Amino acid sequence: MLNAVLAFIYQNLIEAPSYHLYLEAFLALWLFWLIRQRKKAEKKKRLTQEEEQLIINAWQPKPLVDEEVTNMESYDNGGIWGPITGRPGKTVEIDGEKYLNVATHNYLGLLDSQELDDAAEQCIRRYGVGSCGPRGFYGTVDVHIELEEKIARFLNLEETALYSYGFAAVASAIPSYAKAGDIIFADEQVSYPIQRGLAASRSSIIYFKHNSWENLQEELEKQRETDKKNAKKAKTIRRFCVVEGIYTKSGTMCPLKEVTDLCKQYKVRLFVDESISFGVLGRTGRGLTEHLDVDRKDIDFISGSLEHSCASFGGFIVGPSYVVDHQRISGLGYCFSASLPPLLAGSGIKALEIIEQSPEIIQDVQDKCVYMHQTFMNKLTFFRVTSHELSPLKFLSLVGSKVLAYDVIKDLIEQVIIHVKEHHKIALVQPYYLESEHELPLPSIRVSINRLLTYKEIDSIAAAIEDVSNSINLYDSVISNIPTQFEETKADMIKSYEAYLKWKQQNNGITGKEALEQDEVFEPLEIAEDSAPKKIADLHSRN
Amino acid sequence: MKPFDNGCIATNSSRGVATSSAKPTTSVPSSIATKMKIDRSPVKQIAKKPALTNGHVVNHNHNNHVIKPKTKVDLQRVEVKRREQRKRAGESFEECTLWDAFCTYLCYAVLVLVGYVNDLVRPRTATEQNRDGYVPLYASFESFYTRHVYRRVRDCWNMPVGSVPGKYITLLERESKDYGWTFNMTGKKVHCINLGSYNYLGFAENHGTCAEAAIKAVREQGVGTCSPRKELGNAHHLDELDQLVARFVGSEAAITCAMGFATNSMNIPAILNKGCLVLSDEKNHASIILGLRLSRATIRVFKHNNMRSLEKRLREGIVNGQPRTHLPWEKIFIVIEGVYSMEGSVVRLPEILALKRKYGAYVYLDEAHSIGAMGPNGRGVIDYWGCNPKDVDVLMGTFTKSFGSAGGYIAGSKELITLLRRGSHAHAYGTAMSPPVAQQILTSMKMIMGEDGTDEGVKKIRQLARNSRYFRQKLKQAGFIVYGNDDSPVIPVALYMPTKIAYVVREMIKRGVATVGVGFPATPLVEGRTRFCISASHTKEMLDHALGAMCEIGQQITIRCSRLPIRKEEILYDDSENEDVE
Ligand SMILES: Cc1ncc(COP(=O)(O)O)c(C=O)c1O
Repeated sequence: MLNAVLAFIYQNLIEAPSYHLYLEAFLALWLFWLIRQRKKAEKKKRLTQEEEQLIINAWQPKPLVDEEVTNMESYDNGGIWGPITGRPGKTVEIDGEKYLNVATHNYLGLLDSQELDDAAEQCIRRYGVGSCGPRGFYGTVDVHIELEEKIARFLNLEETALYSYGFAAVASAIPSYAKAGDIIFADEQVSYPIQRGLAASRSSIIYFKHNSWENLQEELEKQRETDKKNAKKAKTIRRFCVVEGIYTKSGTMCPLKEVTDLCKQYKVRLFVDESISFGVLGRTGRGLTEHLDVDRKDIDFISGSLEHSCASFGGFIVGPSYVVDHQRISGLGYCFSASLPPLLAGSGIKALEIIEQSPEIIQDVQDKCVYMHQTFMNKLTFFRVTSHELSPLKFLSLVGSKVLAYDVIKDLIEQVIIHVKEHHKIALVQPYYLESEHELPLPSIRVSINRLLTYKEIDSIAAAIEDVSNSINLYDSVISNIPTQFEETKADMIKSYEAYLKWKQQNNGITGKEALEQDEVFEPLEIAEDSAPKKIADLHSRN
Repeated sequence: MKPFDNGCIATNSSRGVATSSAKPTTSVPSSIATKMKIDRSPVKQIAKKPALTNGHVVNHNHNNHVIKPKTKVDLQRVEVKRREQRKRAGESFEECTLWDAFCTYLCYAVLVLVGYVNDLVRPRTATEQNRDGYVPLYASFESFYTRHVYRRVRDCWNMPVGSVPGKYITLLERESKDYGWTFNMTGKKVHCINLGSYNYLGFAENHGTCAEAAIKAVREQGVGTCSPRKELGNAHHLDELDQLVARFVGSEAAITCAMGFATNSMNIPAILNKGCLVLSDEKNHASIILGLRLSRATIRVFKHNNMRSLEKRLREGIVNGQPRTHLPWEKIFIVIEGVYSMEGSVVRLPEILALKRKYGAYVYLDEAHSIGAMGPNGRGVIDYWGCNPKDVDVLMGTFTKSFGSAGGYIAGSKELITLLRRGSHAHAYGTAMSPPVAQQILTSMKMIMGEDGTDEGVKKIRQLARNSRYFRQKLKQAGFIVYGNDDSPVIPVALYMPTKIAYVVREMIKRGVATVGVGFPATPLVEGRTRFCISASHTKEMLDHALGAMCEIGQQITIRCSRLPIRKEEILYDDSENEDVE
């Protein structure tokens, strides 16, 4: 091979006319001269020691923390609640008072379960607290393997990678597959851990409209057009799609069936985050795939968290071995972090066992989800339920949110929460978002289901919010805070409010069906395509 | 036919290579070439200018273990003396010889070649089901490496453990019938001395004060928290933990997080922004690098623990300003670790602080492996060097190691912590720390601080220092190539070849010692090593057993080929701290 090349060059040299050789020699010399000139010029441009010192002396760093932050206080627990004493279960004790807790993600009420504590205690007596090493270096305890196998068997998939933190699971998993140059299609309302994962992957991110598979299809089609122009490159670009089962930021449900079909059609790999829906949805708590009857084989991995319905700790990635095994060598948060403390793995195993052995608790929690949804729909005049009826998280957004300033809504909602705390002893929470969110959601009240709540307690939550909204004249505050450019809306709102008051006078005491009718009268604002009315109709059919 | 699918063959070939590699390194004087090599070795070069600028200073005669009678001393002098002793405490990092590098490359080359032949003759690849027509999920080299190189030595990692990772550890034996593709449990248990876990102070225990306190926490507060601290996850014990950590490290305030990795990767983006320049040590941990990348600051890397390289980068950075626009940087951060877990080196903090003052930079110090484990009071490298904690702008550390728990903290000025309470991703979205985990930290930290009314903590710190020195000196005396600082509890021993790494790990386990092997991609290709993590719970007998085993193996595969002068006098198992300060 090399010989042939040399021979070829030699042959050419001999055969070339001499002027050609001269010309080439001249060109080479000229090139050499040019490069030298460049270097000289650069040397001239370089600063002298003194000049450098001048610049260095002149440089002034900004303070470590900007002034404006220095003047702000920051509070935990929403700035409303003091630190918790004891167990944050169905009731939570704060500053010597007991409150009904619908603020934390304890959907199945397992945090109050003695069995989980027993499992944890047994593990401490066997393994101590920490695992003192990453999974690779003597940090793989047998309970980890057991938990991994259990999750995989539970979802009927091949393999699980267990992470020591729910946040880290999906945030590490995405960048271990998607690299620079790849394309990720993501729902615009994906949760913050997913956003971090997307950022760390350095792929190009294409956001599609929330829950709109039509829009996803458009984006995919657009990409297909681009691919046609450069077919060779397209063959090396991996494509991914990331959605959540139940969205952490809105409590809405993903149309997974349609998304899966699209992904299959366009040969896009699909990642589904079931942090919220795992253990709640489906007939036996196996998540959204069970609820919508989607074949889990069509999904490349499902990520989840043991920190919500399982009331333990850790996150996981579950899927076919071909995909998940890769986590064990390149999931950053998996390889370079100490493994989950064994006691937390132990309680995770117990939680899964409880879910597996008693599907009736899943049915129970779902019934309560629906009941809570209906109750909020029927009883709340000033809040609109924007989440799915089966979602364990109920997002209550204030009427008029769309025209009010962000801080005003936040303050008004805080007022409601404070008064509910004072007068009704119920712990509500306003979800906390950082400003760096991709789509900063509007402030809202988030109520989480807890299986241990009684139907009466659910009624009392709705009644409390309604009562407080009336007693602090919430609606007046809303109307008076509407900025001037929305005069029309304001007039509309006042009109419909008057209609509502009249209606209320006529019907003392609201019953379910009437409330629904009332809902139609009293809602001039923000009837988004997919929100209330349609769902109310659904509810009707259910009843 | 199963010609190459054999882990054993790899080991055998390594032995072959290893014996030949012995020649030039041990039978030194004969060849001129080797002499020249020794001349060029970094050891000598640096010996000329030991004062500043390089992490690889070697100094051996600082510590002659003669017990002197203790007299009354004035405390200040003791402190000064201690500090001087630290400065002298050597750090060694012998470079790989050309021959070793050649052998290592050869070893990889053989593995790759065999892999190719293997693929040709009998391809065995895990294939993906029902993903026809999709773009392949993995780059082809990546999967080649895992299939043909990593698979052969896969049994040396991820070993299942069936006990507390204390001074002993129980491994559950696995076997592979298909050369590393899959493993089955044999049901047998192997009891080993644990030199692999980060249990520096020996707080990983399943009984005693810490464990009982943790169980009490489970009973009272449950296991989960189900909420981030920003929403409704903050509890009294977490506030207490924040304050205790601040007191422990000597800063104004602190914030804690439930995972050490996330403490870096989810807090750094809240501190840095796009207009910042970051000077990052080349050996920094993955979590730091991820955090820096997410912060979108400009990252420049300087040579490991090399002050000259750092200063050069600092000057360059300030002079050139931001790329393209040449605007001056908003802030400059020096990001370093206390003890580097793969190198065993200790950061040269006083010099870094001097540079920081000179150029007006900020320092971010990750004390994951040093907090609790270094310094006479266990307060990390700051304590070790006798620096002022207020001089370091951001103090980070984890609870996974010395405290036998999980999680991490960031400590610093009140303003910084306020900033993090508002903007930290972990604080806003990550679930709050589990009560028993927090309780373990509270109990063990109080013990280290002596607030439990015993001197248990101080004893542990002393014991760890003694164990580390003894084990390291002994290894050096036996002629192993030992990396890092004399005082660090992390003790890496260079092995270079992947086959040797696997051999050492397997043989040590056979001899009842659990150690960690580290190779590519966690280290550079030619710098494979095994690593010992010393714990305060080890006794002299345990260490001696491990040393004996190591020497035996070293004899077989020629890894005792350090070219440094070897100390002749016997190494005593003593509290060097006390004895040097007469
Ligand atoms: C320097 C450094 N930072 C952070 C971490 C991560 O800590 P954790 O294991 O608690 O997640 C480690 C652990 O290996 C480390 O070495």
